[in-house]
Amino acid sequence: MSEHDTHHDVSKHIRGYLIVFGALLVGTVLTVWASHFHFGREGSNVGNIVVALIIALTKAFLVAGYFMHLISEKKLIYSVLAFTGFFFAGLMFLTIWSMHPSSIIHFK
Amino acid sequence: MEIPYTVKPRPDTGLYNAKVGIWLFLASEVMLFGALFSSYILLRVGAAAGTWPHGLLNVNLGTINTIVLITSSITVVMAWVSLKLNQWGKFKMYQAVTLLCALAFLGIKSAEYKDKFTHFQIIKKDGTYVDGHMHGAAYLDKDGKSLEVHKYHGLTFKENGSEYSLKEVTLNGIGAEELGQINEPKHGEHHEHKNISVPAAEIKKIENYGPWHSTYLAIYFTLTGLHALHVIGGALVIFVLWARGGKMWRTDPERYTNRIEISGLFWHFVDLVWIFLFPVLYLL
Repeated sequence: MSEHDTHHDVSKHIRGYLIVFGALLVGTVLTVWASHFHFGREGSNVGNIVVALIIALTKAFLVAGYFMHLISEKKLIYSVLAFTGFFFAGLMFLTIWSMHPSSIIHFK
Repeated sequence: MEIPYTVKPRPDTGLYNAKVGIWLFLASEVMLFGALFSSYILLRVGAAAGTWPHGLLNVNLGTINTIVLITSSITVVMAWVSLKLNQWGKFKMYQAVTLLCALAFLGIKSAEYKDKFTHFQIIKKDGTYVDGHMHGAAYLDKDGKSLEVHKYHGLTFKENGSEYSLKEVTLNGIGAEELGQINEPKHGEHHEHKNISVPAAEIKKIENYGPWHSTYLAIYFTLTGLHALHVIGGALVIFVLWARGGKMWRTDPERYTNRIEISGLFWHFVDLVWIFLFPVLYLL
C-alpha cells in the first residue's frame, strides 16, 4: 500500500481484511478436517500431502497478498521476490530431484 | 544525520527505504526456512520404516495456536489501519491483543515442549520398548534407603552429599515389541495407557523425547524453535514500538505508521511460516 492512501481508501479495505481473516480460519478448520480422510492410492500419502499443500498455499496467498499488500506493491518488491521464488523453487526441485531413483548411486 | 526516505518514497524505487529493507530481509528468511523445509523432506523420505512418528503431536493445541497466530495477524493489520485513520487508542488496543496472542502462542508452545521432555522411551535389554510419560522413579542411596521422585534424575545423582542410583522407573504409557507399534499406531486402535514399572537392571537405554531422541524430533525442535525465536523477536519489536511510540507518533506520525507497517510485515511472515509448519508437523 502506498503512502498516498486517503482515510477513505483505508477504511474501505477493512472489510477485505475481515473477509481474509474469516477465510484463514475456514482454511485452518478445513486442513484439520481433511487430515481425517485418506486421499489417493492405498498405502501412499501423496494425496494428503497435495491437499494439505493446496490449502496451505491458498492461506499463504491470502496472508501475503492482502495482509502484506503484495497484491498492489511496487515493481522493485516483485523483482526481489522473483529472485527468491526462483531460488526457492530451485532448492525444492534439487531436493526432490535428488530423491529420484535414477540419481541414487548404489555401491556394490 | 537524518535518515533519508523514512516517509517520502525514493524517486527511483517508489518506496520508503525501510519497505525495501524489510522485503530483502524477508527474502533471505524465505531461503532460511526453505533450507530447513528441504531438510525435512529429505529426512522424512529417507527415514527407515517405523521410525517416523504419526500422531505424536496434539492436533488440538496446534489448531488453537494456528488460530491464535491468524488472530494476531488481523490485529496487526487493524493496528496499522487505526494509525492511518488517526485512532491512537484503537491502535494501542489492537497491538495489545497482538502481544497477548504472541504470549498465548509461546505459552502453548512451551506446554507442548514440556510434554515432550517428560515423555520417555525405554529400550529394555530384551529388545522390547516401554513408552510413556514419566510417572515416577525410585532411587537407592548407599545404605539401601529408598527415595521416590516424580522426575527422572538420570541413572545416578548426588544430593546433600548422598549418592543415589536408579532402582526403577515407572512410565504411564504402553509396552511394545517394536518401534512401529509406538510410532505408527493403527487407525482406530487405542492402546490403554497404564503405569508400567521397569527395574533399572532391565533398562538398556532410557531417553526423553528431546531433539536428541529421533530424526523427527530433531527437525521438529529445529523448525518450531527457530519459528518461536521469530515470534519472540517480532513480539519484542512490536512491544517496544507499542510501549514507547507515543513521542514519535506526536512528532512524526507518518514515520511511526511506517514502522508499524514494517513490524507488521515481519509478523505476517512469522504467521506465513506457521501456516506451512502446522500441516507438515502435526497433520501429515
